[in-house]
Amino acid sequence: MSVDLSQFIPSFLEESFEGLELMESGLLNLKPGDNETIHSIFRAAHSIKGGAGTFGFDSVTEFTHLVETLLDEMRDGRREVSSADTEILLESVDCMRLLIEAARDEQDYDHDKVSTTSARLSETLGGQQSTDSDSENESNVNKNDGCGYNIKFIPEHSLAKTGNDPIFLFSALAELGELTISANTEELPALMDIDAQELYFSWELTLITTAEEAEVIEIFEWVEDECLLELEPIVNKANEEPTNNISDVADGVINELSVESSLGEIENQEVLASTKVDNEPETATGEKSKTSKTKAKADLGSIRVGVDKVDSLINLMGELVITQSMLSELGNDFDMSKVERLTSGLEQLLQNTKEMQESVMRIRMLPISFAFNRFPRLVHDLAIKTGKTMELVISGEQTELDKTVMEQIGDPLVHLVRNAADHGIESKDVRLANGKPEKGTISLDAYHQGGNIVIEIKDDGAGINRQTVLDKAIDKGLIDANAILTDSQVYDLLFEPGFSTAAEVTDISGRGVGMDVVKRNIQALGGRIQVESVLGKGSTFKVNLPLTLAILDGQLVKVGTETYIIPLISIVESLQIDNQLINRVSGDMVLYRLRDDNVPVLPIYQMFNLETECTEIDKALLVVVEGDGQKVGLMVDDLLAQQQVVIKSLNDNYQQVSGISGATILGDGSVAMILDIPGIINMALEQAQKIQRVRTDGNSNVAAEVCL
Amino acid sequence: MTKVLVVDDSNSIRDMVSFTLKSAGYQTVEAKDGQDGLSKAQTSDFDLVISDVNMPNMDGISLCSELRKLANFKFTPILMLTTESSTDMKMRGKSAGATGWLVKPFNPEKLLATIKRVVK
Repeated sequence: MSVDLSQFIPSFLEESFEGLELMESGLLNLKPGDNETIHSIFRAAHSIKGGAGTFGFDSVTEFTHLVETLLDEMRDGRREVSSADTEILLESVDCMRLLIEAARDEQDYDHDKVSTTSARLSETLGGQQSTDSDSENESNVNKNDGCGYNIKFIPEHSLAKTGNDPIFLFSALAELGELTISANTEELPALMDIDAQELYFSWELTLITTAEEAEVIEIFEWVEDECLLELEPIVNKANEEPTNNISDVADGVINELSVESSLGEIENQEVLASTKVDNEPETATGEKSKTSKTKAKADLGSIRVGVDKVDSLINLMGELVITQSMLSELGNDFDMSKVERLTSGLEQLLQNTKEMQESVMRIRMLPISFAFNRFPRLVHDLAIKTGKTMELVISGEQTELDKTVMEQIGDPLVHLVRNAADHGIESKDVRLANGKPEKGTISLDAYHQGGNIVIEIKDDGAGINRQTVLDKAIDKGLIDANAILTDSQVYDLLFEPGFSTAAEVTDISGRGVGMDVVKRNIQALGGRIQVESVLGKGSTFKVNLPLTLAILDGQLVKVGTETYIIPLISIVESLQIDNQLINRVSGDMVLYRLRDDNVPVLPIYQMFNLETECTEIDKALLVVVEGDGQKVGLMVDDLLAQQQVVIKSLNDNYQQVSGISGATILGDGSVAMILDIPGIINMALEQAQKIQRVRTDGNSNVAAEVCL
Repeated sequence: MTKVLVVDDSNSIRDMVSFTLKSAGYQTVEAKDGQDGLSKAQTSDFDLVISDVNMPNMDGISLCSELRKLANFKFTPILMLTTESSTDMKMRGKSAGATGWLVKPFNPEKLLATIKRVVK
């Protein structure tokens, strides 16, 4: 029969990546003599090798075999744990990841890197390792040039104690051909002396088969140390010699039975066919794994959920069902005397729903350690590359975060940690000269604050030099030379496109993506980033992220007959408009004086072409929002409630609309649009530019006429 | 129905072994390491145990010796699932009371054919 195992590839891959992470973190913390860690690293490599072999990921198996061999030597103390070996192993982990990813994506990998590392591994192992694992059986192969075998099988009395039972061995033999069995009961003691746990028989078997000797011996593989086994090929059917053996014991033969394989040759061929497949991994298994990999890709969006979370969900579900049945019973014959019970029932329903929502959300939550895991290695490598000494301190790694947010926050965090290592932490000499400890510290911390999660990347390095940033910004024309900026405004300049204060661009940071991309990615997740820094003491980057992308804390506002939702995170303040602070610039442009700032006023009813009675600015309310570092005032008719809303994608249900990031369904069943603040600001800017252009074009026409 | 205890710390291998056995009509119970396997064996009888060797908490060899101490596992076939086909490994398994061994990479057809040497 054939069993399709391709459905297990995704879980193998998931497990392998986890194993690699475990290997990496183990290696980074490996100290000589720490046997438990070496064992766990070995186990991880071992499992990957085993699984990869099963799915025909041969390149992974081959490479991992070398890694495993090296680890094995460390494990049984044949090799001391040295930092050089650890480095090679870390590199090997990278290669394994590369190979597994290539196998998953059916793509080619960096052969140079793998072969270099593999050569280094072999060299470390003393150059005597070959990559193929087991070849011990091959010398044993004997051609079956006769038509069967005479087998003498004398087991030790204790054979059954290891769970072996001759009857199963014989039926396995019978599958190879026609088997005749005769049992020798000579050693059977008197009934009184029989120990039920011992075996007293021995057997003579004649097997008529085309199978090879190795196949027959293989059946006895597990008992060969606990028995006397003689195997003699029958040269031809008329051979008389074997009968000698049988006649020797003929006196003791009390039973003779013939077991004929019912399936005969057909089954025999099947066995041969399956062996053939085993021997051709490039063709048969190669093709098999190809189809399965495609499947693997589609299935990878899975999530592993702790049983406790599922249990709590089921528990809540139960409570919800109870509340529901209570309410429906109440509804069957309702009268005003039951209002109190109805109110309490509805309250309970509210409570259940809320808990249920939180519980469902928790399913998508993973501890942030998934994102933090890669940093010890990163900092380790950065320390080597920069020649600085530094350590990474991680805390709050159990803080949970939405899976999607987690996946997308990884790269920005890497960038920030690199920056801290490259630009933040000073070299050893500088640190000592400034009276700081020789070893720099980068700390990563995560914690909940309100409905958000905050990730802090902190270093005790040089801090940000305000003047350098200002000079650079003026040099690049980002700000006016006379501008007076607060510290936080200065630090915000770091996130401007094209801004880099590093004296020279290194290959660690300052290449490719800049801080502006970091900021953009964080904003795309509905988050924001803040910088605090003390010159000479260090800097802290605080990334503020929503816990989930599926739910949003929103402020409901009314414009005409429509309700819109403004994400609470982008609201700076809401205020009643004071006539004296209104500044009409030119045409339709209205600015509102908000302390030191002038914020442009954007009437929502105009942007979305709505009918409203509230067109006069002094009758309306102003919601000041911030997006992309720009503040604007949204003019709305009224503020309604603040509530959590479930985001429904417009793309999935309709199409992308500018200025709108999504929709939600309100309590009364109506649909409300969620405003996309950066999008609205862009729309307003474009419109302003258009008006500006029309106006300048108009002016030049006038000028031309005058000239004529 | 023949009942098999499958012990492996790797989810994918455990799932595969279990799936293969189930598809051939065996009933399976899974355990994630030796300790787990032992506690499952203490509360139930099995016709066959298939166990990985390298596992956290309790390895397959120790599991095997522990199982042999239980009255209901005295004669139960115990197969070690391992990539290490070295003689040393086999000897260690044998002396702990293992019935035999299955060499990884895992091949479903081979597994089913091989376990017929110890169970119906």
